Order: sequence, then structure tokens, then C-alpha cells
Amino acid sequence: MKAKVVVMPKAGVLDPQGKAIGHALAGLGFEGVGEVRAGKVIELELAETDPVKAKAEAEAMARKLLANTVIESFSVSLD
Amino acid sequence: MQAGIVMFPGTNRERDMALALQRATGRKPAILWHRDTELPAGTDLVVLPGGFSYGDYLRCGAMAAQSPIMRAIHEFAGRGGHVLGVCNGFQMLAEAGLLPGALLRNASLRFLSMDCHMRVERTDTAYTGRFQRGQIFRSTMAHGDGNYFADEATLDRLEGEGLVALRYTTADGQVTEAANLNGSARNIAGILSPNLRVLGLMPHPENQVDPLIDGTDGLPLFESLAEALATA
Amino acid sequence: MKIDTLAPERARQLAAEFGLKPDEYERVLAILGREPSLTELGIFSVMWSEHCSYKSSRVWLRELPTKAPWVIHGPGENAGVIDIGDGLAAVFKMESHNHPSFIEPYQGAATGVGGILRDVFTMGARPIANLNALRFGSPDAPRMKQVIDGVVRGIGGYGNCVGVPTVGGEVNFHPRYNGNPLVNAMTVGIAPRDRIFLSAAAGVGNPVVYVGSKTGRDGIHGATMASTEFSADSEEKRPTVQIGDPFAEKLLIEACMELMATDAIVAIQDMGAAGLTSSSVEMAGKGGVGIELDMERVPQREQGMSAYEMMLSESQERMLMVLRPGAEHIAERIFTKWELDFAVIGRLTETGHIVIRHNGVVEADIPLAPLESEAPLYRRPTAETPKQPVLDPASVADPVGLEAALTTLVACPDLCSRRWIWDQYDSMVGGQTAKRPGAADAAVVRIEDHRRALAMTTDTTPRYCLADPEEGGRQAVAEAWRNLTATGALPLAVTDNMNFGNPEKPEIMGQFAAAVRGMASACTALDFPVVSGNVSLYNETEGRGILPTPAIGGVGVLEDVTQAIGLALPAGTELVLIGDTQGWLGQSLWLREISGREEGAPPPVDLTAERRNGDFVRAQILSGAVRACHDCADGGLLVTVAEMAMASGIGATLLPSPADCPAHAFWFGEDQGRYVLAVADATALIAAAEAAGVPARRLGRSGGEGLVLPDGRSISVASLRAAHEATLPALMEG
Repeated sequence: MKAKVVVMPKAGVLDPQGKAIGHALAGLGFEGVGEVRAGKVIELELAETDPVKAKAEAEAMARKLLANTVIESFSVSLD
Repeated sequence: MQAGIVMFPGTNRERDMALALQRATGRKPAILWHRDTELPAGTDLVVLPGGFSYGDYLRCGAMAAQSPIMRAIHEFAGRGGHVLGVCNGFQMLAEAGLLPGALLRNASLRFLSMDCHMRVERTDTAYTGRFQRGQIFRSTMAHGDGNYFADEATLDRLEGEGLVALRYTTADGQVTEAANLNGSARNIAGILSPNLRVLGLMPHPENQVDPLIDGTDGLPLFESLAEALATA
Repeated sequence: MKIDTLAPERARQLAAEFGLKPDEYERVLAILGREPSLTELGIFSVMWSEHCSYKSSRVWLRELPTKAPWVIHGPGENAGVIDIGDGLAAVFKMESHNHPSFIEPYQGAATGVGGILRDVFTMGARPIANLNALRFGSPDAPRMKQVIDGVVRGIGGYGNCVGVPTVGGEVNFHPRYNGNPLVNAMTVGIAPRDRIFLSAAAGVGNPVVYVGSKTGRDGIHGATMASTEFSADSEEKRPTVQIGDPFAEKLLIEACMELMATDAIVAIQDMGAAGLTSSSVEMAGKGGVGIELDMERVPQREQGMSAYEMMLSESQERMLMVLRPGAEHIAERIFTKWELDFAVIGRLTETGHIVIRHNGVVEADIPLAPLESEAPLYRRPTAETPKQPVLDPASVADPVGLEAALTTLVACPDLCSRRWIWDQYDSMVGGQTAKRPGAADAAVVRIEDHRRALAMTTDTTPRYCLADPEEGGRQAVAEAWRNLTATGALPLAVTDNMNFGNPEKPEIMGQFAAAVRGMASACTALDFPVVSGNVSLYNETEGRGILPTPAIGGVGVLEDVTQAIGLALPAGTELVLIGDTQGWLGQSLWLREISGREEGAPPPVDLTAERRNGDFVRAQILSGAVRACHDCADGGLLVTVAEMAMASGIGATLLPSPADCPAHAFWFGEDQGRYVLAVADATALIAAAEAAGVPARRLGRSGGEGLVLPDGRSISVASLRAAHEATLPALMEG
């Protein structure tokens, strides 16, 4: 089973990368872009076949290592 | 003083740190391995040196913070042991929850390798006894992720409890935005644990211990440790 | 042994696609006595490529002096090795990564650094410093900002992570590099002089071991990738860009250093260009033995890779070793500890052939001796670069005056501060960097646990080389020698990185031959042999060659690091110019930036004067008489003094120039073999110079916050520095 973990900077945490991307988009003439946030996606191949267990497992991984909950939030989805 | 420097895969300032400790104490520190599960008996100081542990992949210090030796370091700190984290080591301490907050990417989004100046905020710690209170000293930084972040409540608590050890200043001691090269909250360069025994800082005072190389501005930090932790 | 050969027509067509010329392919047929297999054709094409065979350059490179009593290993090994005293050897080389850095600047530059590091630590040396030589196009050319940004980030990203300080380098800008920037990376390492590891394999039956990262499809030649026949499956387009993993490299360094402390290794070679092919062919070829490899044992990152793909892959951070029989377990324990792949993939044989098997099927069987001895070697036609007339300084009017010219020059792209770049490189890691970037004419790095230090620099002046390649080649070597000398170091040897255009054009081959001639004359006169090097040809922008760029990496030694001096001007000293000044404006930056002219013969290098002046300056530095020293290079004398002042923030008051030379020619001419020295006692220095037959001239006195010109006008050093340091940030962040 494949799980996808999306890790994003928490609201309120400065995201200079997102800011820089937004600035660059504006520079390229893309108008109407509001706030830009840059995070990361981590794809996991899990042996677990039960979706509920797989999701719980991926969430545990995210809390323990994949995200730093001081500055990041995460969400897990299954394919 | 018996010091141990922990090597993680990707650590690269362990030699610099060993030279600094040796200069101050006259004794070679032990080199510890990240897979060790115990610290050598009689360890007085554990140092997490700079580098790119695990390539800084995922987040700086994140994977090192989960390595076997960190459990032993947690226990050591819990018993009142002294732990120094420099640069990547500071990032590990934050990731491991031994110090609050996190180190974000530098505000400029660039790796910064340059001189910086810091003000010593208190001198009643094992790390700062040889400095004067309010002393400004020069060091060098070399990091991409040294932008100290904590929520306002945490920052207020750190300030209130006097746990901000070092603050970025200009050469003449002004706490300004221009002096705050990486964009850290409140110009914070280094913080202490509530018992004052765990110190994390981003710059590299271990590179300022030799008059032939880059001066000795950083030496008092190591001499302070040597004095405070001298084996009776 | 049965081998699956290509059909004759198909083979001929593929050979052309792989870049083999028809007569080269005929040699393949003659060597094999049959049609090649796909894997064999791949091996021939990469081994006989310009990059691996030096087929256009080799006849000329032989003219370079490569020997001296202190040279332990000259060209032909992974890197050059010289004796630096105290039982130590310095191991160093420079290598280009030009084309990859234009395609993907970050990864191109990063993998360039990774590759040159491996060349050095594969010989048993711990890398102690990285340098680079960069040429970019006009800053306003399309994409150039991204290229500059990516290259700088890539060099920093790799070097900072592996923990080797990046201590020096040089950068030029010119429109002729618009479509072809140059990224030349240099590494210097230190080894015990009796513990140098070489690549010649020995010992029939000895195991051949693969270590490092896994092999993927990275970097396999584009021509073959386009050929759909080799991708039976329809996966997404395969990567041609190699991706660097500095973390893996750091582990590889530590693991190799640990293994090298044992006696397990017989021979070792990194897998650089053409990966497993060149490493296995060169190791066995040099050792005069045969080699057999079983490709299914190669650690693989992707599924379904063919022998052809594995032999040609340029995946990074890999090494090939021949071990002492029975030493596998020692190596395996160390590489497992460092979490790196380790696999015995073959053995040495007495056949003199390279035999590649994949799942028991023979994919290649080539005799090694003719693969090397029959390799093409060309003496391509050359055309001399026409000499340019010497520009009479009296014929060039000064349109702006000294002050305006100086202010313009210190801020122009070729002379402005490189701080924006070096601030992104960790120059201190290791704790031994005594002279950081900008502090001296060459970087100075002490050797851990010794007083001894190495000075190192990279230099060349491409605009001189274009105007007169021989004079330019001579000047490049002389300037590297001068920069080392200016720190007090004794120059010992050089590595060269020859970046030129298409060698099939006689004028380009002529540039190459002349540059080598010039370099050889200087290397000989200055006792400064070439011990390693790299050639990069076919560098072109829109069908036009780049400026001929023979980058020189120089290394020198200081017996005691305390003897090293920098260029920052101290207060209260007297300034003395060493060397003769005619006021040579041809090809000067003043002429280009102020008069908008790129013309004239470049300044000639008088090697006798060069040697005499340099030896005098070094002796004075080592005697302790000199407080600061800076050589006169781009921009001329006034820029030299201004750079010294900007480095310390301390000004100077300058004396008038001689009456027989126009002021702008005296202050901005680029005459060679000159140094500015700051000393306590100019009279004594000038007397000593006279005694040594060295021209010396009092220039002025340091102090204050302004640079006071002979016409009495004062320029604040702080404002000069602001202009000097503003250019690159404005260009890159603006």
C-alpha cells in the first residue's frame, strides 16, 4: 500500500522559500497569486494492507520523524 | 574534564571540536559513534558537533535526533549532564526536544559562511564563566538553516528565565537586524536548558581557538568548560 | 566464448552515433576481428572519446615539464603527488565540469566537486581544501543569472556538506562564455608520502570490489538514450544529468580512509567519467593484467539494467578496488559500518582481456593492450593566432582621470568583490584555514598537527590568451607562481585545466598548442612542473569558441604557517612597488572598461625578471620584513593598492608617477612580474632590491581612511569598498 505524507510549514511559521517562490512568480508576470507555501511530499511503500492501520502507521512515522511538529503540520493520504 | 564528541554519518566538524577541547583541557576527547547505546563511564560533557548528519536530508538534525546514542544523551542530560550542540548539533538538540524551538532556513535562503558577533548574556554557566557579562566576541557561522524559531510564548519564557545565552550583535555590540544574519527570532544565537547545562548555538567558536588560524575569540567557551567541569 | 555481436550495418551506424569516426571504427574491427557487441562498442566509444583518450591534446601536452626532485607522481595517475616535507605529500588536481554545469548548473557544479574530491582521496589523501575557476557569460545574458546562482550553490552545497573547506578561486565574465560557462574544480589533499595508493591492478585472482553508491542510469550517453531500441520498456525519459550525493561522498571518504589504514588495498580508482568502463579498463590496463566482471553483482538502483547501461553509467560516489586475497571481510566490515554498498564483482585474470558477463552471458571480451595502444591520436592542423600590435600608451588618451577610472574598475564584474560568492562557501571547516578567501593572494591552509602549510591558487587571464595564446599561457603560470609567492610560499607544482573550443578548427588547435608552449616555458623557468591536469574541448557558444582558458591551479609550501602574509594594508607602513613598469595598456581592463576597447598585444612575461623579482619578494617575506603583499594583476597598480586598502579599511597617500609614463598607463597598465609590498622601512627594502638587481620604487605611505591620489584627490576607502562589494549582490539579488 502506498501512503503519501504531505508536510507543510505551520501557519504562522515564516516560510521564506514560499515567499521567494511567490516573488518569482510575480516577477514572471503571473498575477493573482496570493500566499505561497512550500512544503514537501514523502511517498511511502507500506507492507500493511489494511488502510486504517496503514494510515495510522504513516501518521506515527510523520509524528516521530517526517515532520517537526514545532514548525510543520502534516497530512497522510493513501493511494 | 572528560568530553565525548559524537560522530554521526555526515558529521564534519568533529576534528575542529576535538582540537578546541584539547587546547582548553590538554586532553583528547573521546569520539563516540551514533550507534553506541551508552556513554563512556565518567563522561562530563557530550558534544554534538557541526556537519550535515544524514546529509541534512528531510530536516537538519532530524534523523540524527532519532539515533541510538540520543537515548543515552537524553538520560545523561536528565541526570544533569552537560551537553553542547554546535550548528548541526544545535539542530539535533532542538529536533530531539532537548532544547525548545527549531532552526529554519536562513531568511536569505542562502548558506551563510561569514564572521558574526555575539553578546554573552550571562556568565554564571559552565559555558560562559570565562567571558565578561555583555562581552562581544567574534565567531564564524557556516550554515543554511540557523534561523532560530519558537512561538512567542516560548521566546518570552526563554527571555524571562534568562535562557538566551548568546545574541547576534554588530561588532560594537548593537542588537540590530543587520547583525542578525540568518533572521533568528530576537537575534538568538544560542539557548540554554532550564538547568543551564545544555547549550545549543549556531556559530562555530571551535574555529576561533588558535592565534595562527582565526584568533582566539572562541577559546573562553572551552576554557570555561574546562574550569567548570575539571575533575576534582 | 560466444558473444552476441551487432549486425554489420547496425554496428557501423551505432558507432557513428556514439561518436566514433569511420577510421576509428575500422580499428575496432581490426582489434576484435569481428563485429562488436553493443557493450563492446560502448566501451570503445567512451575509451576513445576525447574526454578519456585526450586524442587531440596528447601530442601537445607532452611538451609540458612534469618532473622535479619533489614530484612523486606526475600526470597519468588520478592526481598529481608532490613531496612537501615532514614526510608528507600533497595530492591535487583540477577538473572541468563545463557542459553538465550549463545543462543543470547546481548538479553539474556539485558533481564536478564530487568527482575531483574522489580523484584525490582515491590516492589515499584526505582532502583539505577545494578551489575553483569559474567563467561565466555576460551577466545580462539570458539564463546567466540562474547559471551563476546554480553553480555557486552547487559548489557550496557539495563542499560544505562533505566538510572540505572551499578556500579560493577565481571568476571572470565574458560574452564568449554565454552558451558555455566553465566550471573547473580543484581539490588538494594530504597523505603520508609513503602511503600513496595507485590504480595499477596486480595479482591474478585478486578480487575486484565495488564500493559506494548504487548504479543507476545516470549520465549514459545521450545519443544512446535517444535510441529507442535500448529501452524495451517505456519508462519515463531517463536522466542524463548525474545527481550528486555529498552525504554519500562524505561516508565514502571516511570509509576509504579507514580501509587505507589497513593493508587490504592493492589498487583503487574512482569511477568518474565513463564509470565502470574507464575504471576497470585503466586499472587492468596499467597493471598489465586481465579483468573479469559479473554485472549481476553490481549494486543497482534501478531494475532491468543491461550490462551496457551499467558499464556506461556515470552514477556518482562509486569506487573500484582490487583487494589483497582474503581481505574482503576487512573492507566489507568498514563499508557496512559506513552504510555503503560493497560487492565483489569480479577478479583479475591472466588473459589480458576485459571480459564482461551478465547472468553468465558474455557481453564483452576485449584485449586491453590494443584498446590502449591503438587508441586514436591526432596531430590536428594548427593555425597561429595573428599577433596584435603593441599599443603605445601615449596613443591612448585618458578620458576620465584616475579617480573615476578607479571607482569604475573596482566595481566592474571582473574586478568587483567576490564576497557574495565566497560567503556561501564554508571556508573554515577543518579549523586549519589560515588565509581565507580575500585575505591573501593565495589561500593558506595549515596541515593538521604540523606548522607546515600549503598555499594554493587558481589563475588564468583568458583575454590575454585570446590575443596571444602563448603569452597568455605563460602569464597564467607566472601569475599562479606570483600569487603563491606573495604569501611567502615556495611554489612547487601546478595542475592545469585546458578549456578550449573545437579542436577540429585549426585556429582553436593553434590556440591550444601555443598556450601549452607558453605554459611549458614558464613552468620550466620557474621550476613549477605540471603534475596533473584535464582537458575540456568543444566549448563553444553559437559556433564560436570560448576564450582560450588554460586554468592553472598552483600549490606552494610554507614551512611555518606564521610566515604567511596577507594583502590587507596595515597602517603606518611604506608602500614599495617591485618590478618594472612600462605602462602596458594593451588588453588591460582599464582599456576595456574605460575606453571600451579590447585590443593590443597582452603584456609580455619576462621569465628571468619574473623569477628574480619573485625570489626576492619571497625572501623578504620570509625574513619578516614585509607586513603585506599583493601582486599586480588585473586592473594594474592603482587597483592593487586599492584592493589592499579595501581589505583592511586603511588608506594610503600615493607619490606622483614618473614623468616618462602617462599617469593612467602607470597606474592602470598591466605590466607583469610586479608586487606591492607594505614595509616598515622602504629605504632598506629598496637597497636590498638594488643589490639583488630588482627594480623597486617607493609608492607612498599607508594610513588614514582615504586613498589620496597623486593629484591630491582623496577617495574614501569605505566608499570604494561599498562600490566594490555592491556589484555582485545587485546583479544576483537585484
